[in-house]
Amino acid sequence: MPAVDTAPLTFRDSRLHPLWDKVRAGERLSREDGQLLFETEDLHGLGRLANFAKSRLHGDQVFFVLNRYINPTNLCVLSCAFCDFARKKGEAGAFENSIEDVLEMIKPGTREAHIVGGHHPDWPFEYFERMIAAIHAARPETQIKAFTAAEIDYFWRRWKIEPREALTRLKQAGLHSMPGGGAEIFSKRLQKELRFTGKANADRWLEIHGIAHSLGIKTNATMLYGHIETMAERVEHLVRLREQQDRSGGFLTFIPLAYQIGNTKLVPRQTPPTDDVRTIAASRLLLDNFPHIEAYWVMIGEETASVALHFGASDVNGTLEDEKIAHAAKAASPAGLAQEQILRIIRDAGKIAVERDALYNVVKVWS
Amino acid sequence: MLADIRAKVEAGKRLERADGRWLLTEAPLVDLGSLAQEVRFRLHPPRQVSFVIDSNPNYTNVCITDCQFCAFYRKPGHPEAWTLTVEQVLEKIESAARGGATTVLLQGGHNPALPLDYYLSIVRETRRRFSQVTPHFFTASEIMTMADVSGLSMPEVLAQLKAAGQSTLPGGGAEVLSERVRKRIEPKKGGPRAWLDVHREAHRQGFRSTATMMYGHVETPEDIVDHWEAIRELQDEHGGFTAFVPWSFKPGNTLLEKWIKTYQGPNAYLRMLAASRLYLDNFAHVQASWFSEGKRAGQIALHWGADDFGGTLFEENVHAAADFVNKTTVEEIVTLIREAGFTPVQRTTEYEVLQVY
Repeated sequence: MPAVDTAPLTFRDSRLHPLWDKVRAGERLSREDGQLLFETEDLHGLGRLANFAKSRLHGDQVFFVLNRYINPTNLCVLSCAFCDFARKKGEAGAFENSIEDVLEMIKPGTREAHIVGGHHPDWPFEYFERMIAAIHAARPETQIKAFTAAEIDYFWRRWKIEPREALTRLKQAGLHSMPGGGAEIFSKRLQKELRFTGKANADRWLEIHGIAHSLGIKTNATMLYGHIETMAERVEHLVRLREQQDRSGGFLTFIPLAYQIGNTKLVPRQTPPTDDVRTIAASRLLLDNFPHIEAYWVMIGEETASVALHFGASDVNGTLEDEKIAHAAKAASPAGLAQEQILRIIRDAGKIAVERDALYNVVKVWS
Repeated sequence: MLADIRAKVEAGKRLERADGRWLLTEAPLVDLGSLAQEVRFRLHPPRQVSFVIDSNPNYTNVCITDCQFCAFYRKPGHPEAWTLTVEQVLEKIESAARGGATTVLLQGGHNPALPLDYYLSIVRETRRRFSQVTPHFFTASEIMTMADVSGLSMPEVLAQLKAAGQSTLPGGGAEVLSERVRKRIEPKKGGPRAWLDVHREAHRQGFRSTATMMYGHVETPEDIVDHWEAIRELQDEHGGFTAFVPWSFKPGNTLLEKWIKTYQGPNAYLRMLAASRLYLDNFAHVQASWFSEGKRAGQIALHWGADDFGGTLFEENVHAAADFVNKTTVEEIVTLIREAGFTPVQRTTEYEVLQVY
């Protein structure tokens, strides 16, 4: 790891000095500190703090994975106000994939399959269990990252299968890890306003990740931002994730998800790139117990993702063949990137590209 | 090293070549941006970013100079070659003026079939018919073409353009002002002096102009420092440059595409802007562009030392020929500047404020 520059820094916003002292000493930042991170006009000061924290953990390394996105279905009993992906049965564009369809989507050598879908009105739990088992049998080299906590919760709501049982059975079938989706934003106010009251709430989402961690299933976490949430709500979301990580310790990566306006148009425009790099930096600093913060190029664009590697991000996700959810909301980025472009995002920032698997085992250092 | 450079910048001392090389190759990007932003706010304390309502039409794509980075030109006689009449050019200027443009940046290939009077008529008629439009016409190498076809000296051509009503020149065609680079990518356009002499003479005659740089092809950091040195020195002589405007080379459909597949990304752009802001201590303005690097990269760039966001570019054909297309409106520019955290200000060609939004 390269030497970390600890020369005294000056900040245009002098309120950042006490935070610098804390970060350097490895002390935890408070909610008030978090609020300041989202408010300060000193974007560079924020970047320097986050880059320091990131470099201490990972030096100049930035991770990526060769992966494939799979959505078994977009049928969903919910009607979340921010979602362009979900369809009702019989609606134009609705799709349901068979297990054979899903198997065809996974090319030999795919390192990670990322599988999430709608809350299907009547597919039984066993269908998903068989799907995971079939993928595992056909592609033993592929690590299966599947089912958000919201989907696991739905197995309880729909079929009365407890999360612990569901996760135990899915793990037995071949599940490796869980994605971080469905967290949206931890706020009672917004759960009502954005009409996702029928979905796992903050307590439930965190509980399910805790159960997964206790079963040895590593997971990710997300936050949907850039819509109608307040900065205080963002801070609260991050603090709750940090508390859960203290309790169960199984989170690998935090992925801030920039809201795509698409047809749902909760706000007139997508949040600007300065807000994206700020959110990544603030996350890196508040989530001191998370190994990685991700710059998800699908949501923020390749350019912003590349710059974000100087603001605390240590992962760019992956090639994401056939991403559908953000693109249903008209995300401007391409629906999949060649490995060459992923490497460019990392190398343009002057960082070392490290290919990983779903559990962050190093596959290859690309330099 | 950063501390040394900071000390120099704070003491108002000039950066030297070694400083420039370090900024281009090793300075941590966020620290560099922070320092550039301090300098930018010292020069322009209000949190304002200016832009101009403008258009970039072209009068011909005929060109005999065969630059390897250019996807726009066609040789004389080529089936896709075209040249507009004076009236056709004026129609384009009229359409820009109707859209609210205060600047028209008119440029074209080096077409030996066009007489000096063609250019002078465009300037005179623009002044006569569209008094609100500043004719920001003709780059240095086009001025040299006019001298060649007319048999007049370059200073005489500038004097005639001035008499016709022109008072500013666009800074295009600088590419990278280094002998080595220009020999490699544009051997028929002459060395750095070809560009510098025209701007020197123009400044002497009272023209204002911009200095540009197109990077991201065959240049080394040393060549970039050569470029900065050349324009900083010239700016010391007459102070005629309004702004520095860098952009990345777009390889699409050019001869260089064979060796250079992609344009340099946003990190290189931020580094170039910030390092230029620090090195070019006698330039009032550094321009970032929503156009040349994309809107979102452009917004971030406003935090890396730039105080200007370029123009609306109602028409643009040169990047478009390289398959790089980007469009906007006045409304969107205003929004992009606001989102980045600044107050938008409409300016003239010569950076006078017209309107604070």
